[in-house]
Amino acid sequence: MIGMITKMLSTPRTVIPVRELSELAAASDVEDLGSKLDQRIRRIFKGSLAIREVDAGSTNAEEEELKALTNAYYDIERFGVHFVASPRHADMLMVTGPITKNMAKALKETYEATPAPKIIVAVGDGAIDGSLFKDAYGVVGGTGAVIPVDYGIPGDPPSPKMIIAALIHILDDIEHKRKAA
Amino acid sequence: MILSTGQLILTGLMAFAAGAIGSFLFRGRGSVSHLWATIAASLGSLALLAAAIDTLLSYETFTAILPVPSNLMSFSVRLDDLGAIFLAIISLVSLLASIYGYSYLNRHTPSAGKANVGIFLNVFLASMPLVILANDAIAFLISWEIMSLASYFLVVSDHREEGNVRAGFIYFVMTHIATAALLVMFMLLFRETGSFDFDAYRSFGPLISEGTAIAVVLLALVGFGTKAGIIPFHIWLPGAHPAAPSHISALMSGVMIKTGIYMLIRVCFEFFPTLPSWFGLLVLAIGSVSAVLGVLYALAEHDLKRLLAFHSIENIGIILIGLGTALVFHAAGNDGLALLGLGAALFHTINHAIFKSLLFLSAGSVVAATHSRNIESYGGLIRTMPVTATFFLVGSIAISGIIPFNGFASEWLTFQSLFGGMVVLDVTERIAVAIAAASLALTAGLAAACFVKAFGITFLARPRSDAARNAKECGYGMRIPMVVLGLLALVLGVFGGPAALVFIAIAASLPIFATTGLSIDLAGAGNLSVLGGFGTIDAFAIAGALALALLVTAAIFALGGKERRRIAPTWACGALPLSPRMEITATAFSRAIITIFGGVLKPTKQTTLEYHDERMRYFPKYHAVDMHLDDLFMRFIYGPIARGVLACARIVAKTQSGNTHLYLLYVVAMLAILLAWAMH
Amino acid sequence: MGDALISMTNTTLLLQVVLIPALAPLFVGVIRKMKAIMQNRHGASIVQPYRELRKLFTKEEIVSEDSSFIFLIAPFIVFAVTLVLGAMVPLFGLPAPLAGHGDLLTFISLVALAAFFLALSGLDAGGAFGGMGSSREMTIASMTEAGVLFSFLPVAFLAASADLSLMAERTGEFTGSGLVALLIALGGFFIALLAENARYPFDNPSTHLELTMVHEAMILEYSGRRLALMEWAAANKLFLFAIVGVQLFIPWMPAWAATAPLIALVAGLKIGLLAFAIAFVESTIAKLRYFRLPDLLLSSFMLGVIALILAAF
Repeated sequence: MIGMITKMLSTPRTVIPVRELSELAAASDVEDLGSKLDQRIRRIFKGSLAIREVDAGSTNAEEEELKALTNAYYDIERFGVHFVASPRHADMLMVTGPITKNMAKALKETYEATPAPKIIVAVGDGAIDGSLFKDAYGVVGGTGAVIPVDYGIPGDPPSPKMIIAALIHILDDIEHKRKAA
Repeated sequence: MILSTGQLILTGLMAFAAGAIGSFLFRGRGSVSHLWATIAASLGSLALLAAAIDTLLSYETFTAILPVPSNLMSFSVRLDDLGAIFLAIISLVSLLASIYGYSYLNRHTPSAGKANVGIFLNVFLASMPLVILANDAIAFLISWEIMSLASYFLVVSDHREEGNVRAGFIYFVMTHIATAALLVMFMLLFRETGSFDFDAYRSFGPLISEGTAIAVVLLALVGFGTKAGIIPFHIWLPGAHPAAPSHISALMSGVMIKTGIYMLIRVCFEFFPTLPSWFGLLVLAIGSVSAVLGVLYALAEHDLKRLLAFHSIENIGIILIGLGTALVFHAAGNDGLALLGLGAALFHTINHAIFKSLLFLSAGSVVAATHSRNIESYGGLIRTMPVTATFFLVGSIAISGIIPFNGFASEWLTFQSLFGGMVVLDVTERIAVAIAAASLALTAGLAAACFVKAFGITFLARPRSDAARNAKECGYGMRIPMVVLGLLALVLGVFGGPAALVFIAIAASLPIFATTGLSIDLAGAGNLSVLGGFGTIDAFAIAGALALALLVTAAIFALGGKERRRIAPTWACGALPLSPRMEITATAFSRAIITIFGGVLKPTKQTTLEYHDERMRYFPKYHAVDMHLDDLFMRFIYGPIARGVLACARIVAKTQSGNTHLYLLYVVAMLAILLAWAMH
Repeated sequence: MGDALISMTNTTLLLQVVLIPALAPLFVGVIRKMKAIMQNRHGASIVQPYRELRKLFTKEEIVSEDSSFIFLIAPFIVFAVTLVLGAMVPLFGLPAPLAGHGDLLTFISLVALAAFFLALSGLDAGGAFGGMGSSREMTIASMTEAGVLFSFLPVAFLAASADLSLMAERTGEFTGSGLVALLIALGGFFIALLAENARYPFDNPSTHLELTMVHEAMILEYSGRRLALMEWAAANKLFLFAIVGVQLFIPWMPAWAATAPLIALVAGLKIGLLAFAIAFVESTIAKLRYFRLPDLLLSSFMLGVIALILAAF
């Protein structure tokens, strides 16, 4: 019991609260969200955020949502975000799905192959803690079980708009921490 | 000069003789013999190099009769500027190869082998200058034959490998077919002029009837072309050059085959200055085909030294393109452009000697370190052998015709002569010249692809065998020759303009160009301009700009502030550890090009597939693709001929039963036939 | 007066050397924007490539433990070559800074030098995809060389010079069959441009699928500043080819463009037109099967030959 409490207290809160995200997402349309994202990316990432997506055992639900970000409707490219082909080129890793045993090593390698400064984001409940598949025989657990996670985007899967909102939150948080430091 | 040209030549030849005899006498003590042979060979080469430079600087043609103790023949000797430039490059490469050979052989050859190499090396090194110097047919043929035999013995010097003996046999056969053609050629010349003296051919050549002249030059093309390695007489070359020790390969590929080019120039431009245009077109066509096919075969090759040997065929092709345009221009009466073509051919001859020797010497260093010639078993050698790798890289860039090294300079000049042809020649000739230009462009591109493969698969990525992992860098004795050749490649590239002028001036020293003005000039330092300002090049300025641009790039790079660098495993898409088997192989690298040119090359592909479960066939356990390229000329020309000869021999063999009575019957039958003939 | 003119010329020439790398990312940004619009998207800002380069300059660099000094020096050589090429192409209607020092063969050879080191850098780390990219790059490059050469040659013969600056200066005077030859040669050159710069239908510049990559596969291993140099060099090369294409093959210059700013405007428009052509090709056709590429390269070469026949025969 005490162990559980200490663990609860010592584990950093990486998951972005759902309520905050849905409020942000509901309050404005994609364009507004996008322009907010754009401003933050320009401030923090010199105007270019490169994301490498790692599917560590997802059901492809998160992939579909992430893919939707690049379609003509969301068109996240216009806000300075682009997906890249190699972790060597990336600033941010987006991990999806419960981390399966087969992908755990690959995920670790991807993490190590990404140049600093890097942000690790677990996208979807599966990537956060394993969700439905937690404790299944082929699953290691959430992303945190393999590599240090900076943020988690809740949802199963999170909608593209939620992801954009989460990116805004993440960048705000980074800026905040940077100011504090 | 303390010694005259003649004395220098004599000193050089005596040094070689001493080297050969000395290493034969000391053959029981391999290391002494080897040292003796090396010193003699180096001194001899040095003396001949001095003689060549002396001749080049003095603008004088040296002639003499060598004192040969025989009444039957004279050995007359002549060294003009054309001969001197060949002699210079031969003795320079000889010198460097001898120095290199000392450490190279010490690394893995038993002492008896070293003594043999020492003997034949000196004979070989003496024979090549003699071929250049010879000024009468008998002297020439003797030197030519000594050169062929000495190089044959060097090819088979490592006769523990069966392949080497076979390669030597093919070389032996082909080189004697060539000599046979040359014998017929000189007999024809003797019939026409009544002399074996080259000077007689020079003066009476133009008077010989056209039919005989054509026959003679065609025989020369076969005889000298075989030695030069032109397609379709090239089959000996890819086998013989790699079989020899690497410094011998450098000599054979770098300079020996150039003696063929040298004699072709002599025959086509000195003995018969009025050849029809189609002969030039024939040479041009052979050159284009040799260039493209040579590089394509090289692409398919994964024996490092065979790959280099195929590139010799390619480069001989490029030289012949220059030579062919010169012949066409001369036939068309445009001697100014003919000079350009011949100058380009000469320049490329020298350049090829330099970078090909460099490549063979550095390849030799790899072979000595890994005891393998298979590129697939190398990998990652740049970390254990950085010096060798650097100089192989220099050679690779040079041979690919990439600025700022020397290959670019001569290919540029060859292109200019072709461009000139596209403007001034007749329509048919223009088309031929345009095709040659296209094949030259294709050749240059493919050569670059081939050397990315050769260098990349050999030196980059991870080692693919224990031998490659534990390879040791070569010693200074092997490095110094590479450094010298590498610097020469750079210098001749950066100062390509002035160098081109020198070669064109040498071409202009031939009697037929005595009245021709140079169609080329140097505007400012190093800026070469040809065809009335159509083409301009200043490799020095470009190299300078490149150096400056590198500095600027470094400055831009430094703008980012302090470098933060981390060493990590290669990104393997999450599939670490990367095994060497996951790297691209030489076969895979060139597979696309081979497939694209499959119509010409007819590659055969064999796929081996094994499954974990034979019934299920979902999970392959082992999948191998083996691509093989037959030499089509071997398969469709030489193979059938060889089989035909063997079949005839078998029929004839039936007459040889060993029965005395039968032989008596033959004698009686023969006598009867002779009697009948006599009565008739 | 004379001195003033010379010093002004020198400033212009210096400006040119700076201008090409400075504007190249913008050119890439414009092509991307055009593509986005054709795909019914807004697309990133046209200055996005600059932002990407700026960010990469501050990132950490990861170097493979298996790679050698080739990996480290290749980006410098590839980038430096584009700088030298930038000093060779005619830009302001003035002879380029290196005019008279190198001709079209020098141009092709320098391009080959960059390709050579780029391909070596792909092999260096020993990754499975880098080598594949190098093999493909060299296969395409080896066959493009003839296409580039033969699309330049007709222009060179018509202009009676192989110097890029003189060629650009004289194409404006072509008439009749000369213009037809020019147009056909432009077709050949455009295909070669697409091949040399790893654009559709030869390569997909924005692919994420390693198996289909050509250019991208070779730089998968790069990160940080060296990646920036590589990307920047690729942009430079594309921009250079576009400039050469415009200056040599589209000589049209209206009479009202008499002052320098107007000339620059027209030149910019023409380059924009080429960018549109590239974007249009990329948005409308699919990537070709790898083994169909030689056919396309052959047609590039044949167009050059036809133009050559018109020009020189």
